[in-house]
This record gives sequence, structure tokens and C-alpha cells, in this order.
Amino acid sequence: MPTYHAKVFVTLKPSILDPQGRTVERALSHLDYANVSGVRVGKYIELTLSGERAEVESQLADIVENVLSNPIMENARWELEAVPMQEGREVAGA
Amino acid sequence: MKTAVIQFPGSNCDADALHAARLTLDPEAQFVWHTEAGLPEGTELAFLPGGFSYGDHLRSGAIAARSPIMAAVKEHAERGGYVLGVCNGFQVLTEAGLLPGALSRNRDLHFHCAPVHLRVENHQTAFTGAYEANQVIEIPIAHGEGNYYADPETIARLEAEGRVVFRYVDNPNGSLNDIAGIINEDGNVLGMMPHPERAVELLLGSADGLGMFESLKAK
Repeated sequence: MPTYHAKVFVTLKPSILDPQGRTVERALSHLDYANVSGVRVGKYIELTLSGERAEVESQLADIVENVLSNPIMENARWELEAVPMQEGREVAGA
Repeated sequence: MKTAVIQFPGSNCDADALHAARLTLDPEAQFVWHTEAGLPEGTELAFLPGGFSYGDHLRSGAIAARSPIMAAVKEHAERGGYVLGVCNGFQVLTEAGLLPGALSRNRDLHFHCAPVHLRVENHQTAFTGAYEANQVIEIPIAHGEGNYYADPETIARLEAEGRVVFRYVDNPNGSLNDIAGIINEDGNVLGMMPHPERAVELLLGSADGLGMFESLKAK
């Protein structure tokens, strides 16, 4: 069965207070990186899924929208890459 | 009022919730573990206690909201059963879609643990009938993520429909419109960040939370 590697990126919506981002931005400013702005801290989630591509894509969209992010306050996007067959076997056998 | 206190891994106000429920509502109130498929027969109130379910990983309340018992809590709510979510329980209710909006990090990043004053904005709910209109009560808070957020349309709707039940007198966390507690459209699901179960005996510093349980008991 084909295996896919998903990378999911979740960030707070621009309208939501991002205390971590703001704190990092302030710290950078104190460190004299005066030209840095717009710092936002988000989450990066990795998943491995097996199955046919179309099925995996719709499953992943569902997981990202309904579990990994809260659409009220977060934006999410994902990337999906096929894992080369040999590596896929290793993952399956691990 | 037959009460079930739902326990998730990481709930740490479960014993307080059970104590308050036994003292005020139901001497036989019991715990229900999150893996259960159903609530005990005849449950009238499902009480989602405070704490840090699943260590607040992913998002506060997110994983608990998708646990098996929550399907039963949703059915219970749809049948008109009462649901009370306090602190993490409120976060679970928003994550489960039983209440609108979301709770995010406190504006100042600090964890706030202190008695605060709340104004009872709607005393005509099943949870607040024993209070007077605009009564100010003292109830403790203990949270790091109690900053209530919803889009402007949702906030306007909550306000227009009298669904903001409790408002902070001095907003400790940045919640929009000083919102401390809201109720669902049907009036049977209430979520709030402050802990009424920690204010049911004067020994605890305040007995102002009693009104909530007395209101429910009168139902």
C-alpha cells in the first residue's frame, strides 16, 4: 500500500492575539534585529498515512480541519508527499 | 438532580466538582470515565470539570472533546439534559461545538489564580435563577487560557440573545466583552472559566457559587 508523509502547519489567525509571536518579536528587537516584524509562532505536525492518494488526501483534510486545528482561531495548511517504496516498507515494518 | 462528573486524563478539579455536586445536588453523584460510551441511566447534569485534559496538548480541551463519552454528552445535551463545563470543561465544550467560540492564551500570558468578581448578566437561566439581576458574585479563577474569542457576528448574537451569562467586573484575561460564561441557544449547556464548585462553602472563602447549584436543583 502506498505511504504518504504529511506536513501540517497550523497558525493562529491574524486577528487572534499571538503572545508567543509577540514575545519572540520583542526579544528579537531587544537583540537589535530592528528590521524584524510580523513574528507568528505556529505548530508543525507530521503524520504518516497509508492508502490510495485520493483517500489519504480527503482523510488528511478531515483530520486537519476537525482535529489538528480549530478553524475559529487558527489557519491550517498541509503538504503531502509520497514516501519512496523502499522507505515505505521500512516504515511499515518499524 | 442526578449528576455525573466526567473525568478525563488530566482533570484535576474533578474531586472539587464531585464534592460540590454531592453537597448541593445529588448525594450519589458519581464519576464517569472518559472512555465510557454512555452516561449513567437517569443522568440530569453532566459536569465537565476543570483541569488540563490531555495536558492541554494540541489545544486546551481539543482531545477530550473527541473522547468517547463526549458523544454521549452531546446526545444528552440534544435531549435537553443539563451540561455544565467549568474552566477546562468550558474549553472542552467549545472544542466539541456545544458552545460557540474558543478560549485562547490570557492576554498577559500569566496564569491567573485568584478570586474575581462576576456580574450575573442573565439570571433567568436554569443555572442562575437563584441569583438576582446584575448581582455581583465572588468566584475563583485558575487558568492560563481563558481569553474568550468568537467572531464579531457570534459575539453580537450572544449579546442580543442574552447568552452572556457571566461577565468579569475586572477582566483578567482579555476575553472579548469581558465574557466569563455563556449559555447555548436552548439554555441547557453552560460554560464558564471561573470555578463555582470552589465557592460552595464559606470555609473556601466564598459561598457565592452555591446559587448556581441551587438554581439547578430547583429545576
